[in-house]
Amino acid sequence: MLPYLIRRLLISIPLLLGILCLSFLMLKLAPGEPTIVQQDLEARATGAQRETLRQLYGLDKPIYVQFGRWLTRVVRLDFGRSYSPDGRLVLDKIAERVPITLGLNLLETLIVFGVAIPLGILSATRQYSVFDKAMTVFVFVGFATPDFWLALLLMILFGVQLGWLPMSGLRSLNFEYLPFWGQVWDFLSHLILPLLVASVGGLAGLSRYMRGSLLEVIRQDYIRTARAKGLPERVVILRHAVRNAVIPVVTLFGLMLPGLLGGSVIIETVFAIPGMGQLFYQSAFSRDEPVLMALIVIGASLSLLGNIVADVSYALVDPRIRVSGKGRD
Amino acid sequence: MSLPACGRSDTAGPSADAGSPAYGDTLVEASIGDISGLIPNITSDSASHEIGGLIYSNLVRTNKDLEVEGELAERWDVSKDEMTITFHLRKGVKWHDGEEVTSEDVDFTYHYMIDPKTPTAYAESFRQVRKAEVVDRYTYRVTYDKPYAPGLLSWGIWILPRHILEPAWKAGVDLRTTQQNRRPVGSGAYRFVEWKTGEKVVLESNHDYFEGRPYINRVVYRIIPDPSTIFLELKAKDIDMAGLTPIQFRRQTEYPAFQKAFHRYQYLANAYAYLGFNLLDPRFQDRRVRQAIAHAIDKQEIIDGVLLGLGRPAVGPYKPGTWWYKADVKTFPFDPERAKALLAEVGWKPGSDGILEKDGKPFSFTIRTNQGNLVRQQTAEIIQRRLRAIGIDVKIHVVEWAAFLNTFIRKRDFEAIILGWGLGTDPDQYEIWHSSKTGSEELNHISYKNPKVDELLEAGRRTFDQAKRKAIYGELQKILAEDQPVVFLYVPDALPVVSSRVQGIEPAAAGISYNFIKWYIPASLQRYQH
Repeated sequence: MLPYLIRRLLISIPLLLGILCLSFLMLKLAPGEPTIVQQDLEARATGAQRETLRQLYGLDKPIYVQFGRWLTRVVRLDFGRSYSPDGRLVLDKIAERVPITLGLNLLETLIVFGVAIPLGILSATRQYSVFDKAMTVFVFVGFATPDFWLALLLMILFGVQLGWLPMSGLRSLNFEYLPFWGQVWDFLSHLILPLLVASVGGLAGLSRYMRGSLLEVIRQDYIRTARAKGLPERVVILRHAVRNAVIPVVTLFGLMLPGLLGGSVIIETVFAIPGMGQLFYQSAFSRDEPVLMALIVIGASLSLLGNIVADVSYALVDPRIRVSGKGRD
Repeated sequence: MSLPACGRSDTAGPSADAGSPAYGDTLVEASIGDISGLIPNITSDSASHEIGGLIYSNLVRTNKDLEVEGELAERWDVSKDEMTITFHLRKGVKWHDGEEVTSEDVDFTYHYMIDPKTPTAYAESFRQVRKAEVVDRYTYRVTYDKPYAPGLLSWGIWILPRHILEPAWKAGVDLRTTQQNRRPVGSGAYRFVEWKTGEKVVLESNHDYFEGRPYINRVVYRIIPDPSTIFLELKAKDIDMAGLTPIQFRRQTEYPAFQKAFHRYQYLANAYAYLGFNLLDPRFQDRRVRQAIAHAIDKQEIIDGVLLGLGRPAVGPYKPGTWWYKADVKTFPFDPERAKALLAEVGWKPGSDGILEKDGKPFSFTIRTNQGNLVRQQTAEIIQRRLRAIGIDVKIHVVEWAAFLNTFIRKRDFEAIILGWGLGTDPDQYEIWHSSKTGSEELNHISYKNPKVDELLEAGRRTFDQAKRKAIYGELQKILAEDQPVVFLYVPDALPVVSSRVQGIEPAAAGISYNFIKWYIPASLQRYQH
C-alpha cells in the first residue's frame, strides 16, 4: 500500500508541472493582457503608461522567463501580489474567501449525501413503484434545470413576492445590531436559497447512483442467502446490501475534493456570495494573472490529491481492490 | 447661458407629504463589481470612483450645470498670459483624522500623479505642468508651457493626504499596498467605516464636512455581481438606488407598487455611440460616402428599437445641454434615395445582384463591435439591414473586448466599428480627433486627419475664455458634422431610480448625484436605525 501511495504522489509532480505549464501558456496566449483592462476605457491613458505597467509586472520579458520566475516563487508558496489596483497579496485574497466557499460546500455535500442516499435506497427497494417513477422524473428535471434560472425563480417567489427570505449576500445590513440568535437565524436564512439551488443538481445525480449501486447488490447471491436465512427485509437491506452498495458512492467524495474549494461561479454570482468561484470569475475577466495562476495551482493540486484519495479510500473500504492492488505492486 | 431642462422625474414634483429635512437613515446602493481600491487616483472602475468621490475632496469640480467651481479651492486666478493658475484653498478644512488640508497635500498629490511608477491613467494632464509650487499654506500655483484650458479641470483630481502617504511613498512603497487603499482617510462628505471584500463598503456622514453635515447618515454599497439579482433586490426594496436598463424602465417597473416605492429619473447620459470607419480604407476617404451612409441610417429607428425610445439622436461628439453644445449643425436625415445619389456621384453603381459596385468590386464591409453589449449588437443589425437596402453588403463580427482592442483596434484591422465614448466635463477632445493621436496605442483609431480640426483642437486648449472656447468648439462641431468622420448615432438616457423616501433630488445637466449631501429622508420615512 505505502509504495503504491508514494509512487502515486511522485507521478503527480510531473503531472502538476505539466498542468501548470499548459495553464500558464494558455493564459499568455489569450488575447489581451492585464494592462489593457486597467487602461483602455480611459481616454487619458497613453502608450507610455502602458509600457510602465508592463515593466512593473514584468510582462515585457519572454514567456519562458516569466514562467520560470513565477515557478521559482511558487515552490516557495509565494504567489505574489494581485494585478488589480488593490495590489493585495494573492494568498490574502484567497484566504479570506476559503472559509465561505468551504463552509457552503461542506454543508451542501452533507445535504446531498444525507438526502441522496436514503432517496436512492427507497427508489431501489421500491423499483418501478410510483415513488421510484416520481424520483426518476425529479432527477431528470433537477439535472436539466439551469442553476441560475432556478435561483431567480426562487428569489422572485421567496424574496420579492412572499418576502420570506433574503435574496443575496450572507448577512443583513443590521447584522451587528442583532441579538445572538437573531444573528444565527439571519445567517442561516441567507444560506437557505443558495444551498437549495446548489443541492438540487448533486442530489439528482447521487441518488441515481445510489439506486443503481443498490440494485446491483440486491441481485447478489449473499443477499439471496440472507433472505433465505429468514432475516427480516429491513436487516437484509440496511445491514447487508446498503453497506456494500454505499462503497462506490462514498469514494465519490474523494473526487469532490477539488470542488469543495472551487466554489460555484453561478451560485456565488447570483446570490452575491464572496467566495472562490466569484474570485476566479472576476480574476479571469480582469486578467489578474497572479490570482488566476494561484487558483489554478490550488485546483490542480486538489484534483490530483482527490484522485489519489478516491483510489486509496476505495482500496481501504473494499478488500477486493486492496488485494488486486497488492498484486500490481 | 441657458440650459434646457433635461432631467425629469416621473412623478409630478416632490410628493405632498415630503416632510422637512432630517438627519438619519441609510441609503443602500449596489455595485456589480467589488471596488478595486480606495485611492481612486489609481483605479479606473466606476464604483471606486463613486465611493472615492464621497470620501475625498477635489480642488475644483463641476456644478449642476457642468461649470467649473471650487471645492477645496475657494477661488483661483488665471494669469494674464493664461499660463499660470493660482489656487487659493479654503482654510480650516480638516482631514477625517483632524489634520488640516493644505497646499502641501495638493503638492503631494501632484508629485504622486506624475511619478512614473504610479499606475494611474490620469497622469497626462499633470505632465503638462512646467512648474508647481507651494506659495504658502493655502496657496498653490501651477505654470504650464502654453495656456492649457483642460488643465483647470484636471485639478478635479482626488486630493490625497500627504501626512499619511508621503513617508511610504518616499520609502518607495507601492501605495496600493498601504492602509490608505483599504481604510482611507479623506476630507470629503463621508468617512470610511468598513470594506468587507466582495460584500459591502460602508460610509458614514462627516459631521465636520466643510459644506455642512450631509443629511443621510450612512451610505452602503452592496456588491452584487449579478444584474438580475440587483434588480430583484431593488423590487424587494432592499436597495434604494440603481440604474435601470431600457427594458426595465419601459416594461418591468411600470406597476403601481414600484412607482410608489421609487422615483424614476430620465436624463441624457454622458456618452454617445457611433459607427466609425477606418479612414485608411480608400472607400471611406471620400466624405460623400460617409455622408451617404449617414443618410441611409435611421437613427430614430435605432433609438426606438434598441433603446425603446430612451435616448436622442446624436449630431456630434457632445451631449445636448452642455455650454459648448452646438445644435444647429448639418444633419443627415434618413433618406435612402439621397444616399444612393451620393454614392453614385462617387462611382458606386448597382451591380446585377443589387449590390453597389465600383471597378468591378462590390461594396461590402464588416462592422465589428465588442461582445457583452447587446445594444451595440442590435444597432449593428439594424444598420446592416438599412445599408443592404441601398446596396451595401454588411457583415457583423462581435468580438470579446480584449481581443477586439488588441487584434483589431490597435492594429487598425477593421473596416467599421460600433463603439461609444464617455464624455468628460471639459469639451477638449484632442486625444480623439487630433491627427497626431493616430498611433496604435492612441485614441484616434479611425485615423481622422483634418488640418482645420487640428487647429481648432489646439486653439480650444489655449484659452480659458469660455465665450471664445464656445465659439471654437462650435466651429469644431460644424466641421465634424459636415465631415462625418464617424456617424454619430445616439446619446442614451441615464435611467436611475431612487427610493421615494429620499427627498431633495433636483435633476440637472450634471445628473442627480451632484447635490447628494442635500438629499434627505424625512423622519417619518426613515427606515434604518443604525
